[in-house]
Amino acid sequence: METTSRCSANSHLVIIGNGMASHRLIEALVKHPTRPQRITVIGAESAPAYNRILLSPLLAGEMQPDALTLRDANWYADQDVALILGEKVETLDRKSQTVTTDSGRSLVYDHLIIATGSRPALPDVPGIELEGVHGFRDLQDADALEAIAKRGDNAVVIGGGLLGLEAAEGLRKRGDDIKVNVLQRSERLMNRQLDTTAAHLLKDTLTQRGLQIITGAQLARLESDTQGRVAAVHLADGRQLNASSVIVAAGITPNAELGRQAGLTTERAIVVDEFLTTSDPAISALGECCQFNGTTYGLVEPIWRQVEVLAATLCGTSTQGYTDAPSATKLKISGVALYAFGPTEASAGHEVLSYHDPEQGDYRRLLLRDGQIEGAMLYGDTSQGPWYFEQALAGADLNAYRQALLFGAADVEVLQASMADQHNDTPDLSTSEAA
Amino acid sequence: MTQAKTTCPYCGVGCGVTATVEAGTLTAVEGDREHPANFGRLCVKGSALHETLGDQGRLTRPQVDGVDVSWETALRATAERINALRAEHGNQTVAAYLSGQLLTEDYYVANKLFKGFLGTPHLDTNSRLCMASAVAGYKRAFGADAVPCNYEDLEEAELIVLVGSNLAWNHPVLYQRIKVAKERNPLMRLVVIDPRVTDSCEIADLYLGVKPGTDAYLFNGLLAWMAQRRKLDSLYLERHTEGFDEALAAAKQTAGSIAEVAAACDIDPERLETFYYWFASQLHVVTLYSQGVNQSSSGTDKCNAIINCHLAGGKIGLPGAGPFSITGQPNAMGGREVGGLANQLAAHMDYQTPGALDLVSRFWATKSLTPTLPEAPGYKAVALFEAIERGEVKALWVMATNPAISLPDAARVRAALEKCPLVIVSECAAHTDLLPYADIVLPASGWSEKDGTVTNSERCISRQRGMLPPPGEARHDWWIIGEVAKRLGFGEAFNYAHPWEIFDEHARLSGFENAAAPGSPKRLFDISGLVGLGQDGYDALAPIQWPVTKTAPHGTARLFEDGEFATASGRAKLLAIHPQGPEQALSSAYPLRLNTGRIRDQWHTMTRTARAPRLMNHRAEPFMDVHPDDAHTAGVTDQGLAVLTAAKGEFRARVRVSNAQRRGEVFVPIHWTDCFTQQARSSVLIDSITDPLSGQPESKHGAVALAPLATDWQATLLVAEGAIESTPWCASAYWTRIPMRGCQRWQLANTQPEEAWLTRLKAWLPTPVSVWSKDPTHGRLRAAGVENGRLRWWLMVGPPSELPGLAWLEARFNETTLSDTHRRRLLAGCDDGAADVGPIVCSCHQVGQTTIANAIREGDTSVEALGARLACGTQCGSCIPELKSLIEEERPNARAKQPLATEVV
Repeated sequence: METTSRCSANSHLVIIGNGMASHRLIEALVKHPTRPQRITVIGAESAPAYNRILLSPLLAGEMQPDALTLRDANWYADQDVALILGEKVETLDRKSQTVTTDSGRSLVYDHLIIATGSRPALPDVPGIELEGVHGFRDLQDADALEAIAKRGDNAVVIGGGLLGLEAAEGLRKRGDDIKVNVLQRSERLMNRQLDTTAAHLLKDTLTQRGLQIITGAQLARLESDTQGRVAAVHLADGRQLNASSVIVAAGITPNAELGRQAGLTTERAIVVDEFLTTSDPAISALGECCQFNGTTYGLVEPIWRQVEVLAATLCGTSTQGYTDAPSATKLKISGVALYAFGPTEASAGHEVLSYHDPEQGDYRRLLLRDGQIEGAMLYGDTSQGPWYFEQALAGADLNAYRQALLFGAADVEVLQASMADQHNDTPDLSTSEAA
Repeated sequence: MTQAKTTCPYCGVGCGVTATVEAGTLTAVEGDREHPANFGRLCVKGSALHETLGDQGRLTRPQVDGVDVSWETALRATAERINALRAEHGNQTVAAYLSGQLLTEDYYVANKLFKGFLGTPHLDTNSRLCMASAVAGYKRAFGADAVPCNYEDLEEAELIVLVGSNLAWNHPVLYQRIKVAKERNPLMRLVVIDPRVTDSCEIADLYLGVKPGTDAYLFNGLLAWMAQRRKLDSLYLERHTEGFDEALAAAKQTAGSIAEVAAACDIDPERLETFYYWFASQLHVVTLYSQGVNQSSSGTDKCNAIINCHLAGGKIGLPGAGPFSITGQPNAMGGREVGGLANQLAAHMDYQTPGALDLVSRFWATKSLTPTLPEAPGYKAVALFEAIERGEVKALWVMATNPAISLPDAARVRAALEKCPLVIVSECAAHTDLLPYADIVLPASGWSEKDGTVTNSERCISRQRGMLPPPGEARHDWWIIGEVAKRLGFGEAFNYAHPWEIFDEHARLSGFENAAAPGSPKRLFDISGLVGLGQDGYDALAPIQWPVTKTAPHGTARLFEDGEFATASGRAKLLAIHPQGPEQALSSAYPLRLNTGRIRDQWHTMTRTARAPRLMNHRAEPFMDVHPDDAHTAGVTDQGLAVLTAAKGEFRARVRVSNAQRRGEVFVPIHWTDCFTQQARSSVLIDSITDPLSGQPESKHGAVALAPLATDWQATLLVAEGAIESTPWCASAYWTRIPMRGCQRWQLANTQPEEAWLTRLKAWLPTPVSVWSKDPTHGRLRAAGVENGRLRWWLMVGPPSELPGLAWLEARFNETTLSDTHRRRLLAGCDDGAADVGPIVCSCHQVGQTTIANAIREGDTSVEALGARLACGTQCGSCIPELKSLIEEERPNARAKQPLATEVV
């Protein structure tokens, strides 16, 4: 067990990045009695950390910008945390323990945390650099997309995963006269989370709402107009789509460059140990820019657990260290709820239990092995998701209750109770002979 | 709103019912507090009477050869065809088969027409199936078909012995009366003698689980024991009886010792002797017996073995004492009063009653018509159908009963009906197993529509009253019979305008030349005191027990109080009884003894009771009660499906493994017909063997084999009323239809696997599948069809033990719009009982709005506090804005946190 503080109370803690991970870490640290006294946070964006997950509803016009705010700048001051915004750290000199920003500011750290997040992964096709090609990662992107939506015309979203679909739905909802195409390389939407049935349900729902969804789409190149703006998208099969804007949402690339330049061990991202320490003991990495046991991160749940480990480490409290844990995907795509964990497709030895209500848009599918849940896919009505997940984690043998399993916890509990009753009752056939 | 007093149409207790009629509908029933049978009580069936009414499923048009016709055509065809057969083949080729469901007036007119004017003795009734042995027993002992006791005797007795009677189920109100009496009098004892442990044992002080068919050993043994212990009433025997010596000799010879009897009856000797001691030492003993005694090839002997003991102990003609046969049907006794059995003539007179033929002939004669009474008795029920089978009887008019179900060896009965040249059926229900055999169908009025009288098990005559108009063109039976009589040319003798006129004539006949003469005692059945009531008096008639005469104008509570009997000698007869076992023999091929009977909530062939869905809840499916050892041997399981096979038929039903059964014996209910299930008619398992004296079939002693029904799958299908036109699933190896409110439940099973259920459902049902869930490795499937927001069908493939309570689904079938919440719970078939959390606010932790609002009211008025309590908003934080607005909304309702102790309040 690690108990040694990596950062004594009066040393200077510098955090590069002011995204959600960074913010949550600060929230955790400032509550701590043995927090590092000097904390400086440097954010490249001009606003303090905000809830990036709400960018989609913001774009869709379902939410006001201030709803995304986590804490305003005054709060940082109140907590005695120095906040530097709109500056990007350009160099990291590990020898002198100094970072320098693009405005020339230099800061000496005792301990450094790199929480630089990620950026959209760009497909390696000609024309990807053209004007009119956007990502969907930050408030600026959201502003740009809002402008596109209002302008109308044709938009092509590359990527039929969560972010791409959210962007496409946001555009469609926000725009009056916009045609939105979604290109998905896989044969089904959200192929890492959904099975074929759920993907079809989602595709049907979104198509009914007005999105054009092209699955199995191999991107060939982007074509520009005379001004160098993107004008069309070409697919490998020869199809051509008009596109006055292109939104790229086909995965993320960790922002690991700073660590790489500074000579930290990096692979796809900055490699850390279970205490989030990089190959340099004075430097930690957190969130989407780090890599642990070969895994990089994109969902909040594991990152929140990283934050707990790192906060404890920095404050000198005991922690078991970070381990990857099974996690469930819980998503709400444009009003469609989804909860999934385990394999997306059944394999040999799996028993499949399923529930279908296509008209209502409800779908549930459980993968059982030896009476234990190994995977669940809940689409539409996800209320029972966490319970299935608990049962899976607990390795509960549910064979005796499988008749009720698809209906949920309460049904299974009723069955358990009645079976327990039966077990306790001796059969009463009233054979008593009064005498 | 009007209220009318009438009588329940089900069992022989004959309870008074007060019915409420509102806007042409009978909306409620309750027990008539003044009726002496029930004093306000009603059983489950009786209290559901109003739920069994309504025009749906009723016969409303006459039919001839399958075509709807006018009444005139139907009546004329009936008369012409009967006359044609009479003319060609003789009077005795015409027959009638009546029912204990008919009113006395209907019965009287039918008897008068067939015996008096058509000149055929072949008029019998389904009372033959339940009462005939008791009647024969009474007649042999007392000289008349006369139940000596009344219901008060059950309350006054010190000992009640139930023999072959599950009173708790079949005569529930009497059972309740005994229960109350027993509470009031802790010294009162109840003994139950029955091969089955039934619900009647609940208040029993002693239970004797006798081997079926051994009752005569038991009571012969009792007689011998009483003699041995000097417990006889010698004075009574000497003054009022004859035949004692012979009876005792036979008893001693056949059942002379406790050990012998205990072995014959297969019961514990000490218990047996306890019973004997109790019986012998009490004077006020009522032995109440029913079908368990009667439905036997030696049923009459069994009745007399019981009566012998009562006579020998002088336990008769006293309050709280007597051999009491309890009737099955509401008007079995009324039918006998008019002469509705083939061996009777009229008004309790038999063919051999001296002077009876002449007396009845003169009574029925009119100015220009002379009755042509047959000289000798006609065929009793089973023999009647054998005569039809032989072609000897060519025309049969069936009223208010279903011999295709109730007679033994039903396959043979159906074959006979098939070949009978003329079958006329008067019936209320549009669908019965009998109607397909009818050439002429006459729609009859039913309970709540018809006016008349019935006589219950204690000789009490009560009025049934018409409150509603019959549906469509349905008519009263007395009217139908009278109109046919007119077209046969007997109008002068059938000129009735109202049932009171028929009752008046019936009452006059009972008193007609009814005076004791040397060698010819007075006829006990005499209701001449009710002559001349007029319509008003008839309509106002209060329940009254016969005899009703000038000397007994208020009726007669108890018979034989003076020790004077209706025999030629005036003495009661003890009979020498030689016990006999059942004639249907067990064999290695058919090793199990089959017992049959009623269940608590159904009546006969369910044409009425199945219309009240709640009456289907008690026993929804045909079943068989099997002893655990027999189940084990046969490889059948509790709630599994099984087949009983007899020499002439088979019976498919659900198994109930029960310790209440004796080993080697199976019980099945008599109610299910082909209208309700694939193959569960108890009568196909019973051979047509009858008691030679009473003609009553041996329905409690079948011989069967038990085997599992090897089903590949079982399913439950619920279908909305009117949603389907055909029922292709009836090709399954097992099906049962269970009526519910607004839908029908089908319980299905098949021996062949079903590979593609969803495809099958498409072929079966007009509404496509909307929702389904499956677990193919375990062969489970649930599915439902919803059309325009209405539930049209629901299916579960899997063992019925996994069914949810169906009340919830029944309610959904009766909704015009299915809510989203209900739709999501459709396949589960219930609300899950968990608190409604409201719409989900926090998706990560699935926390609902209601839960959050409650927490805010509890004082958690910050996002952090909510997160700490409910975990909402602690994961992705997407819901924090909604949490904040909820806090704003609910803050005014929030309760302050507990003030700190240091604060000054």
